[in-house]
Amino acid sequence: MSTTAPDSPTGRADLGDLAAALAGAQVVVCCGSGGVGKTTTAAVLGLELARRGQRVVVVTIDPAKRLADALGLTGGLTNEPARLDLDLPPGSRGELWATMLDTAATFDGLVRANAPTAEQAERILSNRFYRNIAGALSGTQEYMAAERLHALHRDDRFDVVVVDTPPTRNALDFLEAPGTLARFLDHPLFKLLMMPTRRGMKVLNVAAQPVLRTIGKVVGGDVLADAIAFFQAFDGMETGFRDRADAVMTLLRSDVTRFVLVAAPQRDTIDEARYFASRLASSSLSVAALVVNRSTPTFGTPTVARTRANAALWANLDELVATSEAEHAQLGDLVRDVDPAPVCWVPMLSSDVHDQSGLDEIRRLLFGPEPGNG
Amino acid sequence: MLAVDLDGKPTLGTLVGDLPHLSLTAPDALAEYLETHGLRRVAKRLAASGIIDVVSTAAPGIDDIVVLGKLKQLERSGDHDLIVVDGPAAGHAITFLLAARGLLDTVRGGPIRTQALDVLEMLGDPARCQVVLVTLPETTPVNELVETAYALEERVGVQLGPVVVNGVDTGDDLAIPAGTDPALAAAAAFRNSRRDVHRRELERLTDALALDQILLPHVVTAGLTADDVARLAAGLA
Repeated sequence: MSTTAPDSPTGRADLGDLAAALAGAQVVVCCGSGGVGKTTTAAVLGLELARRGQRVVVVTIDPAKRLADALGLTGGLTNEPARLDLDLPPGSRGELWATMLDTAATFDGLVRANAPTAEQAERILSNRFYRNIAGALSGTQEYMAAERLHALHRDDRFDVVVVDTPPTRNALDFLEAPGTLARFLDHPLFKLLMMPTRRGMKVLNVAAQPVLRTIGKVVGGDVLADAIAFFQAFDGMETGFRDRADAVMTLLRSDVTRFVLVAAPQRDTIDEARYFASRLASSSLSVAALVVNRSTPTFGTPTVARTRANAALWANLDELVATSEAEHAQLGDLVRDVDPAPVCWVPMLSSDVHDQSGLDEIRRLLFGPEPGNG
Repeated sequence: MLAVDLDGKPTLGTLVGDLPHLSLTAPDALAEYLETHGLRRVAKRLAASGIIDVVSTAAPGIDDIVVLGKLKQLERSGDHDLIVVDGPAAGHAITFLLAARGLLDTVRGGPIRTQALDVLEMLGDPARCQVVLVTLPETTPVNELVETAYALEERVGVQLGPVVVNGVDTGDDLAIPAGTDPALAAAAAFRNSRRDVHRRELERLTDALALDQILLPHVVTAGLTADDVARLAAGLA
């Protein structure tokens, strides 16, 4: 069965363009909406970079276990990177590792690493407010993803970190989270909360301040008391956190980071991809490459006339051609948005990717049969 | 009937055609919440000083609970027979719907706790609220749907309605006689293999989940329009 991607008026990268876009990358961030094969793409990029002799770790922060599915890991992924068996040329130093973000464990590790004493770490780890934000509640996950990215980037075991982000809206949080954390630490309210320990005031007195009373009315007095206890226990650690947040922002904005936008040729996913491209642009970040998954393949032009006997086969081809043309028309604006980034089309395959040979099939479609020796 | 989207994407509004549609975002819901609780002046001051950012940072889940609270208020208003919400994607749907329970553990008094209790009551009452899971007849979406279904039942305790499977293409296989033109044959083989995947995944879904299924046919287009949606809906009637 032929599954060549269409020669497209809306832009089609040559094989080699995507590899060039990734050359020199230490961090590759795959972004796009849900259901576009983003995780599969992250795994494929990791596989290719490993084949080129790099030691790569792919990290997913998606709570759904898509990466494990794509890698064919039925046991699932954990917070600790696991090395995959790859069939690489002899002598290649390439490696592929995979991990899934465990938000609470990452946060706990961060607290332990930054706390001046074990006793202070314990006070934070047992705080009710902390346990709440360290768990699955929204927001914290994005902070910890950024933290994890930073830690893996500094890990000597890896040359490249490939990040599979959650669907668009949350992925934006992920990009902004380090900034949010820094802003949070800089905020007058935080400073206000931190003051009393230095002045020897009691938490109750702090809570009686007008602005805190107001916040207490909204979130409840107990939450406020827990939060204050948390911030007070946090005293002295903010510098470490702030330095980390700054380092992540610097990393994301540096020339070793590439953003790969992943889309599928349906209007809703394209709308989200365009929104995402514009948010990247407004942060002065550019798209390194656009990968369009699940496009309808083309099959060439038949050399036979339409007859009653082949009518059903012609009708099927006509439908597929019409779908393909509609897909290309829909993608025009997005392709222009990301110009001059290469646009790589991956045709819809005859079956879902559920193992490494499936990933390898997509890898060949994106990068060509075999990479040069790495 | 009222259609609600939660992230300000234009898609839902264009798909429902002339039906009433509401775009609900967390900052708007929080501002409205503060105003209806007699905190209008405070809301302005909080917003101006950036403290709203800090409150939602300090108490994660507040965003979700004000949105859920607004949905509960719409439901209680009696203005609509049915409210259909386009919720967050799989993993995040669980976080979103768990927000009420999460806040109950930390917030032991005040209006937010009342709000969380009201929301939990709505989520737990099958007559008032059901979750309709939507998927595609492909391996990963089906796996994800099954995981989400169990997580929602066990952790959120919400009633699951029928499962909707989109883009189903299960027509009969096209016959490809020997000597068929290669382009026609390749196109037919591609279509047959897609249909085979769909049939297999529907079977797997049926085995994994004892929920009714609503199958929506594959529509040959790259972007649905309100007309397409009306046709799909008519097919269900």
